[in-house]
Amino acid sequence: MDASIELKHVSLAFDDKVVLKDVSFELLPGHTKVILGGSGSGKSTILKLILGLLKPDGGTIFVNGKRVDAMSEEDIMEVRADIGMVFQEGALFDSLSVEENVGYKLYEESRMPEEEANRRVQEVLGFVGLEEYMDRMPSELSGGQRRRVAIARAMAAKPGILLYDEATTGLDPITAMTVDEEMIKLRDLEGVTSIIVTHQLRDAFFVATHEAVRQNSHVEFTQADAQKADEAEFIMLKDGVVCFEGNATELRAASDPYIRQFLS
Amino acid sequence: MRPSGSGGVPASAALPLLDKGPPCRRRGALHLPARRSERDPCHDADRLLVFDLLERWLKNGILEVQEYVRLQVATIRGATSPPFYYRDIIQQLDAIGVGSLTVVLLTGFFTGAVLALQSGITLDQFGARPFVGRLVSASMLKELGPVLTGLMLAGRIGSGIAAEIGSMVVTDQINALRALGTDPVRKLVVPRVVAGFVMAPILTIIADTVGIIGGWMIAVFQLRVASSIYWNSVIDGLYPNDAWMGILKPFCLGYVIVTIGCHVGLRTHGGTQGVGRATTQAVVAASVAVIAVDFFVTRLLITLLY
Repeated sequence: MDASIELKHVSLAFDDKVVLKDVSFELLPGHTKVILGGSGSGKSTILKLILGLLKPDGGTIFVNGKRVDAMSEEDIMEVRADIGMVFQEGALFDSLSVEENVGYKLYEESRMPEEEANRRVQEVLGFVGLEEYMDRMPSELSGGQRRRVAIARAMAAKPGILLYDEATTGLDPITAMTVDEEMIKLRDLEGVTSIIVTHQLRDAFFVATHEAVRQNSHVEFTQADAQKADEAEFIMLKDGVVCFEGNATELRAASDPYIRQFLS
Repeated sequence: MRPSGSGGVPASAALPLLDKGPPCRRRGALHLPARRSERDPCHDADRLLVFDLLERWLKNGILEVQEYVRLQVATIRGATSPPFYYRDIIQQLDAIGVGSLTVVLLTGFFTGAVLALQSGITLDQFGARPFVGRLVSASMLKELGPVLTGLMLAGRIGSGIAAEIGSMVVTDQINALRALGTDPVRKLVVPRVVAGFVMAPILTIIADTVGIIGGWMIAVFQLRVASSIYWNSVIDGLYPNDAWMGILKPFCLGYVIVTIGCHVGLRTHGGTQGVGRATTQAVVAASVAVIAVDFFVTRLLITLLY
């Protein structure tokens, strides 16, 4: 199976500060990659590199088989069409309503008829449980609602890849759990390939070790079997270098002092 | 003994750049070098620091110019090739044009009025009070209308654009736009530039008109000049070349104000503090640019028209 995302020996520095150094990994379709690490370890930078918002100093990045690190801004738009990103704090457009935010890509950047776009917006807002907030402005939403709207916006155009940048940071445990469940639903019910950047271990392990199952009209979350749990891989970054790569069980058993300190 | 800094803060803490070198000034104050031929390492360090600062300042300046030129190229490309965001263009025409109407009306009116008031006194010395209309119309049309409208737009539009785009940058909304497949230059910059380019001349014509009306009110009610004499004088003072100058200049000023606002906004960094800094920079740069561009365009138009 061809990888959805592949990074080979990627490095990046801002002036004298090394952000990423020789980072390599690949992510298969439908799988999840959880990137852990402290603040400033280069986690969010990886997502920006995959989206082409930043260019690496060295190495290569492939998304759906296309090399994005050498693409022009115009050419990269085609690759971005299959990627959705949930930014830190949501990055919702302040001047647009929830409906306009969620449907932005459909209304502005696609030829989808308006009625169909409206239907899709309702559908994705229903998916994140915020149908009744359609006409609100982002400033009227709570932190958790903003993240869920951001998830709805990212998934509205049915991308094959979703990138979550600290989607649960700063949220209370119950709201964070709702966001985690949305991520699991998208992965297991819609077949989306995900990269989750976080330093919230509880959320990371929950997403990696649970799966969503549709039962009649509602969705249930159960403990994932061994094969499913193996599809979620962890990467630990320390000062821009990958210091661990493996599944949840291997991460829990790791003996590296930094990882032990991070897990404790 | 030298003071260590205000409020008990050591000078080295207030000026971290000076930490790089030895405490040259203190040594220099205590004993001057005996001979010129003796090399003073502190003097060399000071020189290096000055060169370092100069180099950094020059590099930053060149980088700003480079990025501004790149934005111009991207804007022209965005304005001449699809996709076009028509709804945003209409929104900006409204925000920049209709939104600035009040401030332009007030500025134009009072400028024309004060011009008549001041020139009335001077003209009286030559017994030329009836010519007040000619002076008001020529001044408003050629210079005061375009420049004052430009300055008002720099304050209102330049700051607004820099603050809005700057906030979008620091809250990742610009990156979100790019991630959703939108070119921020086409979506944000082009509509604003088109609106500024189109609306600045219209607002200038309005400012000119109300300025002349303001002058008329002062001429009639204060200077006791007959209304017909004032309007005849106004028409006598209007030459086609002056009108061309008054119309062409605002196109350049509108374009410059908006592109500076967009450029400064897109280069914002440093959170909400950075947004505040960007807003101030945009107003200052756009205001200075209005005066400077006015001079150069006037010089060019004098060569071409007269």
